Amino acid sequence: MAHRIGKYTIVLDQPPSILATAAIGSKKEREGPLEKSFDFICDDPYFEQDSWEKAESIMQTKAVNTALGKAGLQPQEIDAIFAGDLLNQCVGSSYGLRELGIPFMGVYGACSTMAESLLGASVFLDSGALNRAVACTSSHFCAAERQYRFPLEYGGQRTPTAQWTATAAGAAVLGKDGPSPYVRAVTIGTIEDLGITDANNMGAAMAPAAAVTIQRFMEDTGKKPSDFDLVITGDLGKVGSDLVRDLLLREGIKLENSHTDCGLMLYDLEKQDMHAGGSGCGCSAGVMCGHILPLMREDTLHEIVFVATGALMNPTVVQQGESIASIAHLVYLSTKKEGGAV
Amino acid sequence: MNMSPEEYDKLAKKASPNSPFLKNLISAFLIGGGICALGQGFLLWYQRLGIDRDTASAWASITLVFLSILLTGLDLYDSIAKVAGAGTLVPITGFANSMSSAAIEFKSEGWVLGLGAKMFIIAGPVIVYGVSASVIYGILYYIFG
Repeated sequence: MAHRIGKYTIVLDQPPSILATAAIGSKKEREGPLEKSFDFICDDPYFEQDSWEKAESIMQTKAVNTALGKAGLQPQEIDAIFAGDLLNQCVGSSYGLRELGIPFMGVYGACSTMAESLLGASVFLDSGALNRAVACTSSHFCAAERQYRFPLEYGGQRTPTAQWTATAAGAAVLGKDGPSPYVRAVTIGTIEDLGITDANNMGAAMAPAAAVTIQRFMEDTGKKPSDFDLVITGDLGKVGSDLVRDLLLREGIKLENSHTDCGLMLYDLEKQDMHAGGSGCGCSAGVMCGHILPLMREDTLHEIVFVATGALMNPTVVQQGESIASIAHLVYLSTKKEGGAV
Repeated sequence: MNMSPEEYDKLAKKASPNSPFLKNLISAFLIGGGICALGQGFLLWYQRLGIDRDTASAWASITLVFLSILLTGLDLYDSIAKVAGAGTLVPITGFANSMSSAAIEFKSEGWVLGLGAKMFIIAGPVIVYGVSASVIYGILYYIFG
């Protein structure tokens, strides 16, 4: 059974194993530096469907089926699936996974959904309530743009702080027993809001949430960022990454040399003209499931703190003048089942 | 974390790069001006074909609207606008693009509640406040004109 250390961190005593992962992407993701990390890339953003929403659902179906195939498991061998996306009422997940017949927990954490779904699945597994679970998350640039911003063909200019929603999905199959990597501890984020109202500057809005969660985890465990191979934030992009380092430095936590951000890894910011970087919950899902977790499996990376950040606003409240509330959930991953930071 | 929203606002502003003002200004001037010059070109050409000035002027606008919608449909308008900014937004081409882009985008929700209703999602306010302003102008003109 899990136990708490400090005020916020939950240590998993039976650390669940990540049995297999899969990542799905589209054209921009192919053109980025992580092309080879994706299991399947469809250059057509419609994924041969007739709407962006259906395309996103297909991405989730494919991500889960690919990950299950790699783990050598059938859907009926999975006890529950934790999944979410950015679409209203999370239809990307529910319609993408409706044929699988797996007990389903819809998760909404905006761009923090990959960490939130991993976190939920891991605690359920540790408790013994589940033997095998899947965590899955997706976002689709076109589906997100039409919901949050403007029609695709509208001739607008993006600001330098704007981030690009990834068309990507990631799925991880977790089991009670299995090989490395393991989910060792989790920190559930609190809702933070330091008053940023610019919906084109999500990095700045979310940085305080990431800083708070990282600080709490470090305090609870008595560790510092340099004790880990990487502290990898969700999708703060360029602006948010600078801010989270600055905020933590003021608290005496030096993040600089141990930190990277999924939003800075998925695309070549200059060549692909991505402004402040990638975003969307598929961004961290794709980077983690396609790149980081496989690197842990092959023993290249060992100690990873994954902190996915999410902006919890919707267009209605932003238009009503509300500031952007944000959250960051943390998952500590290790190739070791015991020892390490907790 | 000990930080007030005011302090954070300052920090965030410092970390956030501004839009390249001068570059945007120059490209908007050149491309926006180019569109207007093109419109003028059409106007002169139509007049040379023997059409009277008022009709030729309407035809020039219609041509620009047509070209704007065509480029929107060919997925080119947004790439031009990315560079041009206000240069493609302000002329009549921007209005045509805002309606046609919404029409393309929301067609997946059907002809009535999708395309029909959402077509005005960006252009709607322009119509509402444009018409309102013209009514106020008309009243003022009637009283003082």
